[in-house]
Amino acid sequence: MKKSERIAGNVAGYLDDRTGAAKWLRKNLTKVFPDHWSFMLGEIVLYSFIILLLSGTFLTFWFDPSQRDVIYQGSYEPLKNIEMSASYASTLHISFDVRGGLLMRQIHHWAALIFMAGMIAHLMRVFFTGAFRKPREANWLIGVGLVTLGIVEGFLGYSLPDDLLSGTGIRIAEAIIQALPVVGSYLAFFAFGGAFPGHVFIPRIFTVHVLLLPGIFLALITIHLMLVWYQKHTQYPGPGRTEKNVVGYPLMPIYMAKAGGFFFIVFGVTALLGAVASINPIWLYGPYNPGQISAGSQPDFYMGWLDGLVRMAPPIETHAFGHTISWNILIPGLIIPGILFTGMALYPFIESWMTGDKREHHLLDRPRNNPNRTALGAMSLAFILVVLINGGNDIIATHFALTINQIMWFTRIGVLVIPPLTFVITKRICLSLQRADREKVLHGRETGRLVMLPHGEFIEVHEELTPAEKFTLTQHEQLAALEVPASDSNGVLNPQGLKGKLRARFSQAHVEQVPAPTESEAKALEGGHH
Amino acid sequence: MSNESHEIAKFQDPGLPEHQHRKTDVDPKAADRAERQVAILFVLSAIATVLAIYSYIFIPDDRFFFLPVMGDTNAHQLLLGLGMAFALLFIGLGLVHWAKMLMPDTEVIAERHEFRSPDEDRTDFVATVKQQAGAAGLGRRSLIKRTLGLALGISALTPLVMLRDLGPLPKKDLEKTSWKTGTRLVTDPGDRPIRPEDLEVGAVAQVLPELAEGQERTLADIGKDAVLLIRLRPTEFQLDAERLSWTHDGIIAFSKICSHMGCAVALYEQQTKHLLCPCHQSTFDVTRAAKVIFGPAARPLPQLAITVDSDGYLVAQQPFTESVGPSYWERSS
Repeated sequence: MKKSERIAGNVAGYLDDRTGAAKWLRKNLTKVFPDHWSFMLGEIVLYSFIILLLSGTFLTFWFDPSQRDVIYQGSYEPLKNIEMSASYASTLHISFDVRGGLLMRQIHHWAALIFMAGMIAHLMRVFFTGAFRKPREANWLIGVGLVTLGIVEGFLGYSLPDDLLSGTGIRIAEAIIQALPVVGSYLAFFAFGGAFPGHVFIPRIFTVHVLLLPGIFLALITIHLMLVWYQKHTQYPGPGRTEKNVVGYPLMPIYMAKAGGFFFIVFGVTALLGAVASINPIWLYGPYNPGQISAGSQPDFYMGWLDGLVRMAPPIETHAFGHTISWNILIPGLIIPGILFTGMALYPFIESWMTGDKREHHLLDRPRNNPNRTALGAMSLAFILVVLINGGNDIIATHFALTINQIMWFTRIGVLVIPPLTFVITKRICLSLQRADREKVLHGRETGRLVMLPHGEFIEVHEELTPAEKFTLTQHEQLAALEVPASDSNGVLNPQGLKGKLRARFSQAHVEQVPAPTESEAKALEGGHH
Repeated sequence: MSNESHEIAKFQDPGLPEHQHRKTDVDPKAADRAERQVAILFVLSAIATVLAIYSYIFIPDDRFFFLPVMGDTNAHQLLLGLGMAFALLFIGLGLVHWAKMLMPDTEVIAERHEFRSPDEDRTDFVATVKQQAGAAGLGRRSLIKRTLGLALGISALTPLVMLRDLGPLPKKDLEKTSWKTGTRLVTDPGDRPIRPEDLEVGAVAQVLPELAEGQERTLADIGKDAVLLIRLRPTEFQLDAERLSWTHDGIIAFSKICSHMGCAVALYEQQTKHLLCPCHQSTFDVTRAAKVIFGPAARPLPQLAITVDSDGYLVAQQPFTESVGPSYWERSS
């Protein structure tokens, strides 16, 4: 026996002596995970969260979350002797007088962007492949919760330095709180300890940013991963893969090495960005002052779409009975995001209602094989992109020599026109791809090889797909539309009422498909003409 | 579809494809080569760590050098970061290379079972739940159920109520600013009173109300008091008689705090005489009492009535006649 094997054996024995978990551990150490690049997106999020915890802890050692007035005396000359809050001064201190401090600040900010971008990419993967279906609805809900909290956490994080840019962001957040009917000004005064900006907001959001929200993240991520573990990972369809199995590699050793290695790669890339790519250079903005602002004020990208919505809102306020309701703030700032996120959270339940499908699913959909869902996802993305463009309208205007008005009107009309158009086009593309799959399965792949037959006719040689490819392209199930019973057993007409009709209509739209080719069809073709 | 469609046969699952051996599985030399590659990656990582620590200790943090694309770059920060980044990257690449080249790559099939338990177990479970719930009397003893609901629901109020001291009540605070009748306009920064002749036609200045002796100006004050002075030719105004009387010799004063979301409305286009808020691009026409001509703001910027006092300095004729800044529920106009 090799020495390393003996040590491994001793460790295993030591563990079992103290837990009696030999059986459980053996089963889980060799747990099988399917392999696909898109399954790494969630990993990126997890790793950037760990990076955020580590780099964030480093920053707290010097950061002073206080709005106490101080006179800056650090080594950054342009701001010397200027009055500012302790939190801005300490952020400058970290950036200029703590060795590696700027690097850590930049790593922390880049990791936050990667965290958010990774969550969005992971969410898209899960949505477009139908991984949210039963039994994984709970994990979808947790995911939606994590994205929502991620936006808040990111916003609070970049608000902490109390520079001119972030202070402006807080001012806007305060205006949204203040716009809430009935309770708005009370909530704003409670949150800020009086009139904006006050002296307590930064220390308060600091606690939320470094303790409360990370704690909630940790809890939700733990549940998220435990569920992935317990329910076993979904897999893409292919030869040998069914609803009843998982095909992949064991956790030990290959996934331990790969996932562990990937953590270091994500950390390495983040550190590389922190080393070479400047981000949020707060010393250029100066301390916050509500009477000042800089042109081109932009939030981080995950807030940018909200800002774009607010920018394009029509100027409507209601004044009645001595009260004001700011629709120009409430609609883009709360109502539309509320509808979007609620719709996203409920989507698994909506889809299962539309299709009447209450079964478990462990095989993923190829996005084209569910045209309606894919189109819906593309439509939502189109919406977000259009409003995000408007969120950067000032930057776009200066870079492309356009006027703000042109961009604003383009996006104001675009936000109504482009998403439905995207839906229709995406659905058509999906159906065309299905048709192309059908073509390939029945007639083989076009090789581009032209052959002249003895009698002078030119034909293109088609190459038949392998059985594995044919199976992969045709294995998906095509649901039939739900039927509304015209009358029930007692002779009552249309017993399900409008709801039933609506459901049947949705179901019909949802199952629109190009019929997948079958072996019988292929045989018939072979028999017919050759 | 024809009747045949009932007996259609889907394409059969050919099963997991046969395992393809890697070169490192069959050729011991290739395996040794892979081992060396992994080792080299780990050594590179260690070298990068040495670079990071060297940079931290020995490169002064005020040394800059020029790099194409990046411009003037801080050597300390860059080399420390690169060292750290490559130390991490090479560990990661080494681990992944090791896993891909040398660890077993045979695909394994694990069974998956439907989560739903067999009917027998489920019936049993449901029956147990029902029975135990019944034993607790949840169904029968509705008095307990309702009072418990009441107690639990109302108990959440205590922590909510205890948040009350987070801040004072708004009272009339959102309506008031420091501007009073006769308050002098002073420059920001500088706190110097100004005369009309200090401002040329076309010029803009940010002003604040003059402080009484010993008074301190807080950011919250600035957030409500900041005013923008703009001087036009008096003929350029298109104002009603009252608003015109609020100007002085072509000088007009507006609250600088945006009526939309409270950003500072700081961009003045001299040619068009428009004021633009950089946050959401609400645009106000200075000649027409800051009427909103573009963007999401629903109200003009409040105008401050100004005049000059006996010493010739600009002063407020009266306080603002409406609340400045973003809207709120209690705002009456």
